[in-house]
Amino acid sequence: MSKYVLNKFLYTVDRDPALVERYREDPVELVDWWRQSLAPQILNCHEIEASTWIDLTSQEYHALVHHDYRALFALGAHPFLTLTLFIALFERDYDEPLGFQLAYAAGLEEWKGLPYPDIST
Amino acid sequence: MATIAAIIASTHHPFYFRTSQLPPDEQPPFAPEWIRKVEQFRETLTVARPDLLVLVGSDHFHQLWLDNMPQFLVGNAPVYDANWYNEEREFALPKMKMVGNTDLSRHLLRSGLDDGFDLAFSNELRLDHSVTCPIITLRPQNDLPVVPIYTNIFAPPLPQPSRFVALGAALRRWVESWESDLRVAIIGTGHLSLELGGPLQFGPHGPSPEFDAQAVDWIANSKISEALQGVSLESLALPGNATHGFMDFLLMMGAVGESVRADYVDTYDLFHTMEAYFTWYPKEVPL
Repeated sequence: MSKYVLNKFLYTVDRDPALVERYREDPVELVDWWRQSLAPQILNCHEIEASTWIDLTSQEYHALVHHDYRALFALGAHPFLTLTLFIALFERDYDEPLGFQLAYAAGLEEWKGLPYPDIST
Repeated sequence: MATIAAIIASTHHPFYFRTSQLPPDEQPPFAPEWIRKVEQFRETLTVARPDLLVLVGSDHFHQLWLDNMPQFLVGNAPVYDANWYNEEREFALPKMKMVGNTDLSRHLLRSGLDDGFDLAFSNELRLDHSVTCPIITLRPQNDLPVVPIYTNIFAPPLPQPSRFVALGAALRRWVESWESDLRVAIIGTGHLSLELGGPLQFGPHGPSPEFDAQAVDWIANSKISEALQGVSLESLALPGNATHGFMDFLLMMGAVGESVRADYVDTYDLFHTMEAYFTWYPKEVPL
């Protein structure tokens, strides 16, 4: 649908410790739940004022349920939001300090020297 | 009228707090020198004897969000809670609380609105590490009231670099026109070259040592015209995808004025990004 919705997912999950853990353990469950509950909620508004049109595309859904940060980068999700959430998800699995961050950078190697995807929303 | 006691521009590195808290035998090799440099930098604020701090930074998608994104925002609260769960999680930053000064907040807002800057405001603002890092490094006793100012360097469309310079120059005028006997330090934090969430992140140095050397020269000598000729919103993406944080340095250069050499300059080449510390003392103000 838009980079905004991807960013909204990253933002709303990253700021909630319980959602971070659910996303790590069962991404399909969490993303499906998010589409129904948080996606339509206009932040700072009562739930009765929920959005009638916000949703993920199948491409965006696929990237999120596969924890695919490379796809999120290519789709123009805000890289700061993606990085912050993915550090919370996976840094714990690496023994070396910054081990995950360096692996993450290596995973995006193909973008070196190229213009990055537009992140404006 | 209020006095500008010092103008300070600095990088903000969220890992400093945790690094500085480690026992010596657990510190990484770069830590002792980093701590020494920060403590020396801290002294440049201490000797200015400030009564109040205006803190310029940028919310990292904590409270300010894409459904309602201000370009420039002035905190207008009597108290500010600070630091967020994900900053505690990633950087081990402590929860903090700072006292505000709503008299100055209202003065800055009124002055801005009357002076061509349609500033947003917040009466309930939780601050993040762009503002708490300089408290940790420069005023760890956290004993002074603050007025925070947030800029948008994260969520395009961004204001032009020249707008940051203009806001900095105006901010100084507004502080100097505040009817108060207080000594105000204006402290702003930003970045040199920086990559977050891209292939250049977390290298042994900042992603562009060339940009960093150029930027330090621009800032240390407040070469505003040269810097504005040298950067654009498009070019700032090239040294690293988060290098737009340099515009907070431009704001501080605007507050300093054209071609004023900093009284204190220091840098430290760290992994991931270069640290840079600058202090100016207005010449007419006694220390």
